Amino acid sequence: MSAPLLDMENLTVRFHGERTVHAVNGVSLTLQSGETLGILGESGSGKSVTLKTLLRLLPENRAEIGGTLRVDGHDVLALQGRALADHRGRTVSMVFQDPMLALDPVYRIGDQIAETVMRHEGCSRSEAMARALDMFKNVQMPSPERRLRAYPHEMSGGMRQRAMIALALACRPKLLLADEPTTALDATVQIQILLLLRDLQRQFGMGMIFVTHDIGVVVEVSDRVAVMYAGEIIETGTVHDIIRDARHPYTKGLLAANLHGAVKGARLNAISGAPPSLERKPNACSFAPRCPVARETCASELPPNVAVGTQRQVRCVLAQE
Amino acid sequence: MIPAPLFSAQNLVKHFRLKGGFLGSSRGVVRAVDNVSFDLAEGETLGIVGESGCGKSTTARLIVDLISPDAGTITLGGKLLGKHISARELRRQIQMVFQDSYASLNPRLTMEDAIAFGPKVNGMSPQQAARLAHELLERVGLEPRRFAGRYPHELSGGQRQRVNIARALAFSPKIIVLDESVSALDKSVEAQVLNLLADLKAELGLTYVFISHDLNVVRHMSDRVMVMYLGQVAEIGTVEAIYSAPAHPYTAALLSAMPSMDPDRRTMEPPLTGDPPNPINPPAGCRFHTRCKLADTICGAVEPGLFGLPGEGHQVACHIHIPGSNHRNRRVEA
Ligand SMILES: Nc1ncnc2c1ncn2[C@@H]1O[C@H](COP(=O)(O)OP(=O)(O)OP(=O)(O)O)[C@@H](O)[C@H]1O
Ligand SMILES: Nc1ncnc2c1ncn2[C@@H]1O[C@H](COP(=O)(O)OP(=O)(O)O)[C@@H](O)[C@H]1O
Ligand code: SF4
Ligand code: SF4
Ligand SMILES: [Mg+2]
Ligand SMILES: [Mg+2]
Repeated sequence: MSAPLLDMENLTVRFHGERTVHAVNGVSLTLQSGETLGILGESGSGKSVTLKTLLRLLPENRAEIGGTLRVDGHDVLALQGRALADHRGRTVSMVFQDPMLALDPVYRIGDQIAETVMRHEGCSRSEAMARALDMFKNVQMPSPERRLRAYPHEMSGGMRQRAMIALALACRPKLLLADEPTTALDATVQIQILLLLRDLQRQFGMGMIFVTHDIGVVVEVSDRVAVMYAGEIIETGTVHDIIRDARHPYTKGLLAANLHGAVKGARLNAISGAPPSLERKPNACSFAPRCPVARETCASELPPNVAVGTQRQVRCVLAQE
Repeated sequence: MIPAPLFSAQNLVKHFRLKGGFLGSSRGVVRAVDNVSFDLAEGETLGIVGESGCGKSTTARLIVDLISPDAGTITLGGKLLGKHISARELRRQIQMVFQDSYASLNPRLTMEDAIAFGPKVNGMSPQQAARLAHELLERVGLEPRRFAGRYPHELSGGQRQRVNIARALAFSPKIIVLDESVSALDKSVEAQVLNLLADLKAELGLTYVFISHDLNVVRHMSDRVMVMYLGQVAEIGTVEAIYSAPAHPYTAALLSAMPSMDPDRRTMEPPLTGDPPNPINPPAGCRFHTRCKLADTICGAVEPGLFGLPGEGHQVACHIHIPGSNHRNRRVEA
């Protein structure tokens, strides 16, 4: 098999400050080009920090990063200067929940896209504008010629999301990182954007990592799924594996809490408690205090990362049996 | 005989004038709620769904009398608001829990004081109010010993929402309006709070209005569901009717916009294009006609009223279901 597009090994991220936060605790991931990985997890589980590390967006003085990270053969943690600038936006690009994180309110959208293309590819202004128009057509922007001259505030929420996607994909990145890009949208607009991203990912043959807390969204876009809890990946598998045959007690609990097909009026099988604070590095199963099937050793030993078949891994003592 | 409803809203209208034009002149009118009627039977849960801006929160604020309608009437227990029942009494009997658990709590009050505040204002002695606060903390699953003295920033979102529920219960209300009350919570915590709401309802015989953009959650919680579009009721009926036999094309589109949850049957086409239109200048005729795949000539010209369908209290505002409407789907059937 060819070298993966992304190879992340044992990534750790620790924030220093008033309090220490162990945000990411030994995450390993691989991704092939043309593949979509969904990262599913609740708030604070470390999804955004993982993505930001991939783009080297974390504050260098406060974030202590460990492990190795290779994208397209490059050691991301060692990138400097021009190579880092090329990495951001050309090799890897990102879309956010809030499009205003990516769009500048005072410039016309067409100019912003053209600017990015010229910077990365050194082409002429007219070539860059042609690319911007092409991208607006790709994201199915209504009246694309006219909208290139619009400012972000002149667009509706769904259109701004499309404009951000056009900007992110303008330089044909090999890897697209999507951090909850549809979470703030109405379901009717969310499904439009999900299907758009799914189509563009295929059309451009990109790798995509899609972060969300919504299982339904994961199912619509992913080939494989990684479930995160307290800065660790506790289960990975194909989307079929995870939906039809979840093995980790936390994943099972999340599926039950999703309410899909829940019997009306029946009590929900809710996971009790809340995620742990991340002030210390985990030295036991982070889910143990909430786990309905925990054993004595779970609270004192790190659970093994058990391979189940060739495609999946489950971080739980029970998976050994 | 059908018993009189616990609560009834008839022909509610609420428009907001947009200021900011020349010399403060009006720049248009937002028709946030436009002629909305519904009843609440004692002990039921009415779900309200629809895209953002369709008027769910405005309806909620009208129910609890946080804002006054421009037109229309509200009755509680058969008593007309403003005539037979005072706003003050209605506001005690109907409580509301909002989405933002943090903004609804005073940062300088402990949880005990936050819960005891309302009853004290209503004349309860401080000792009694404190005792009640402890009971209610216990009731919503927060150990009073650990939580009574804490401030809002010392609680998680789920815990704060439990306190907001306790605060609503402190008034011994008949009705609680829950406006996206679990939407900001993580799924595992959301399930805990939904269980709590179900327990409280069974135990105290409460009536709920449950607003959420999550159709799975609404199905789980509701007995009846009201679907809103641009300030109006598109369809209302039992949860079974709405989810398994939606009559309005908009209801059907909302339901098929839900992610499929089946990797072998992913959604292939978005049921609706574009964003929800603006309630400042709603389209003439059926307000949905600009996005409706079944729209016919009559739809842009004539506004369809709510029409009763067979089935318990099922009503829909769509020409396809109005006898003699001349919509092409009717002609085909006839
Ligand atoms: N005080 C106000 N002044 C002007 N417009 C208002 C005011 N309150 C609400 N609106 C407008 O009325 C319409 C309906 O608002 P409402 O908040 O009730 O909708 P909603 O369906 O609950 O939306 P969301 O899901 O986004 O909260 C919206 O267009 C909103 O912007
Ligand atoms: N710049 C930062 N400084 C300190 N702590 C941070 C910073 N960014 C994130 N964290 C912490 O890291 C953890 C994971 O955050 P994040 O990845 O943003 O979660 P999510 O899964 O919700 O995206 C959280 O505990 C968060 O508070
Ligand atoms: S390792 Fe133990 S506590 Fe952790 S999920 Fe498995 S059984 Fe539960
Ligand atoms: S009245 Fe016409 S436009 Fe409106 S929902 Fe029915 S078919 Fe569609
Ligand atoms: Mg995040
Ligand atoms: Mg609202």
